[in-house]
Amino acid sequence: MNGSDAAVRVDMRPMSGQPKSSSRFWHLPGDFLFHQAAVLAAFLAAAALFATVIAIAYDSRISIEAFGIWKFLKSSEWNPVTQTFGAFPFIIGTLVSSAIAMILAVPISFGVAVFISEIAPVWIKKPVAGAIELLAAIPSIVYGLWGLLVFAPVFGQMEPWVSHYLGAIPGIGLLFQGPPVGIGMLTAGIVLAIMILPYISSIMRDVFIAVPAPLRESSYAMGATTWEVAWQIILPYTRSAVIGGVFLGLGRALGETMAVTFVIGNSNVLSASLLMPSATIPSVLANEFTEATTPLYLSSLIYLGLILIAVTLVVRFLAVLLIRRLGRREGTAT
Amino acid sequence: MSPNQSQGTSAVKIPVPAKAASAERTDGELEAAVKIAVSDLNFYYGRFHAIKNVSVQIRENRVTAFIGPSGCGKSTLLRILNRMYDLYPGQRAEGGVTLDGEDILGPKSLANLRSKVGMVFQKPTPFPMSIYENIAFGIRLYERPSRSEMDERVRLALTKASLWDEVKDKLSQSAVRLSGGQQQRLCIARALAIGPEVLLLDEPCSALDPVSTAKIEELWYELKRSCTLVVVTHNMQQAARASDYTAFMLDGSLVEFSETSKLFTTPTDPRTEAYITGRFG
Amino acid sequence: MKSVVARRHAVDIVSKVLMGVATVIGIFFLLWIIWTTLKFGISGMHWDLFTKDTPPPGTDGFGLRNAFVGSLMLLGLSLLIGVPIGLMAGTWLAEYGFHSRTANAVRFINDIMLSAPSIEIGLFAYAIVVAPMGHFSALAGSVALAVLMIPIIVRTTDEMLSLVGSDMREAAIALGAPNSVVITKITWKAARAGILTGILIGLARISGETAPLLFTALNNQFFSGNFLRPIANLPVVIFQFALSPYANWQQMAWAAAFITVLFVLVISLFARVVLGTQVTK
Repeated sequence: MNGSDAAVRVDMRPMSGQPKSSSRFWHLPGDFLFHQAAVLAAFLAAAALFATVIAIAYDSRISIEAFGIWKFLKSSEWNPVTQTFGAFPFIIGTLVSSAIAMILAVPISFGVAVFISEIAPVWIKKPVAGAIELLAAIPSIVYGLWGLLVFAPVFGQMEPWVSHYLGAIPGIGLLFQGPPVGIGMLTAGIVLAIMILPYISSIMRDVFIAVPAPLRESSYAMGATTWEVAWQIILPYTRSAVIGGVFLGLGRALGETMAVTFVIGNSNVLSASLLMPSATIPSVLANEFTEATTPLYLSSLIYLGLILIAVTLVVRFLAVLLIRRLGRREGTAT
Repeated sequence: MSPNQSQGTSAVKIPVPAKAASAERTDGELEAAVKIAVSDLNFYYGRFHAIKNVSVQIRENRVTAFIGPSGCGKSTLLRILNRMYDLYPGQRAEGGVTLDGEDILGPKSLANLRSKVGMVFQKPTPFPMSIYENIAFGIRLYERPSRSEMDERVRLALTKASLWDEVKDKLSQSAVRLSGGQQQRLCIARALAIGPEVLLLDEPCSALDPVSTAKIEELWYELKRSCTLVVVTHNMQQAARASDYTAFMLDGSLVEFSETSKLFTTPTDPRTEAYITGRFG
Repeated sequence: MKSVVARRHAVDIVSKVLMGVATVIGIFFLLWIIWTTLKFGISGMHWDLFTKDTPPPGTDGFGLRNAFVGSLMLLGLSLLIGVPIGLMAGTWLAEYGFHSRTANAVRFINDIMLSAPSIEIGLFAYAIVVAPMGHFSALAGSVALAVLMIPIIVRTTDEMLSLVGSDMREAAIALGAPNSVVITKITWKAARAGILTGILIGLARISGETAPLLFTALNNQFFSGNFLRPIANLPVVIFQFALSPYANWQQMAWAAAFITVLFVLVISLFARVVLGTQVTK
């Protein structure tokens, strides 16, 4: 019986002499190299984050030496002629334009997300979600172009109305005074809001849809309305991820360059009014980088970039952490 | 002439556990060489002790079935025989497992072991390529035959798995489009193509319809002429129908191991009797 | 009792209307932007755009050939740099790292990089390529775009390979295939559509990126095929021409924007519709 078995095996493997070892000889170094290549790639992908911070910090060294940290942050003077540089107007510009964007975009994103996940009839969900995601696919430069050449002129016609009514209110009226040119901080904030809307709403929508069906169904079964389920059940359940999505949008807004540069007016002077031209860290970088003629000027611009990185890194870190927290909770719940 | 010339002596070299030896001596006719000897095997998933002091001998050119309720360790035992557990950190085996008298738990080439010990899984696992390439994939891992030789090897493997007649006209078609039973036979053909001495089958029919199951069981009669088969099955009837030896496991321990006819007619252990008469599991 | 219910009902209706309005606002702006781009873009279309280079400032005529070629070169080189690194890093996560501490840390960092503002990456490429070389170059632009693309490819590759499941992987390993063969021949193939989708989404993301190019590739009035020199490209053309006083330049900016949007949308739609359906299959 062993004879027949061997005969079949010879059939199956006509070269059953020593072929196995020879091919394995080729496998092993290849296997090792493949593994090492994968390790290297993963290392590079992760190291890019640290390399970015280090490289930019290194290139800011001349400016850091000249102005220190606090002085640079506090100084409002940005004067290439006298070679004095301070970040204050740009920090304020970045924060204010992003704040406007968040105030407008967060509620709208929430509305869009709830509409898609809870309210819309099934046949409309996909096209609407797809359309909102298309908004995210449009390059930011196109937002800038549209903002400058199409939106700003239209908005400029509305500005006298804005100044007339809102500008008359004591206190916040100060925010809405100035010439109706259509470009400025407020316009930048609006364009930014449109840009980050799809990012925030798609994260909210994804986590809303992922809410366990029993939770949702049992609330509806008790007679809760759509609004009550969305506001009292789904939102608290997904809170950390929703906040994470908001932070993600904030990170985008803080670092957005092209859409802002086109419409903010690029003035290095601080102004109380939101209708006045202003500047953000990314916009001043985009405008002045290629014109920076002295090492100190260039280094100061990169120093601005370093401040931006420090801020957005914290924001993004929180965003990723918060979004992941929900995933973990779901994992342990099941 | 056969790749395992040492088999004549291997039975002598292995320390034979007294219990298994005495069970087997009762029927001298069926005595065959020991292909795989498991002695005092323990297995851990991290801290969980999944296999406890199992000793069993698997005979060459026989079908050995492992039965028992879910979680009894039968699949785990099977996966030790070709060291699939190596894939997962935290899993470790202690004890002795020999193939033709050679220790397989030691630091030997895994590719060599796996070329000798093939495996077929519960769910059919066709690779995302053509039927032909599915078979050729395994062959190319060990040798580079010429085109015509490869064609012949593919034909042989598919013939042995009685799939050739059904697929000979569509060898270049994607394997994913075959039916479940055909996919499973393709997986058997793929494993056979590299000429294994042992074939491990992990619940190979649990995802199949009765007709496909019957075809695969028929196949075992053919295959055991050239191979040693180890089958894990949930289905007692299958073990009774198609195996020569049966091992019953419970909670990680081997309760009883004997010839199939004996185990199913005159079990010695009350727990075996309870299981085969359907009192639990 | 009745008033409470009525009030709740009213709140519900008002909130639904407001959420519908929010959605309409989002879609309104999308349509407005797309319509504008279409209107100005199509009226800016001119055959000379594709056959002639940029005319000198203040002269009549059209031409973006240098920018088209430059953009394609930038994207091509970015793919050459980004795809291997992204693919291999994602492969490491899914096939070697699993859920180890290191792998999860890499995933976390990758997620942070995923949302990095492009201007920061531009400054990074400036620091590591432009500053040492002493001048702007297409190479620096491609490095910046590749760094932007890599996190997207890493993430999709990781996710798609994890979806392949352990069955197919185990089956290949049971045949004795080494890891590298299992990955390149089996799991990559099984996850092909998903991985390709990730690469296309990455490509779509970088196609319109402008900010990083301002610090790296800059622009070039003339035709260039040299990777070590500044190079013309569509996004920077849009930026510089839109703010210029010449009517024909503004028209070219719209034409360039139109073509960029078209390119991005076609790639995204292709990735989602064509490959997306294959992934779910």
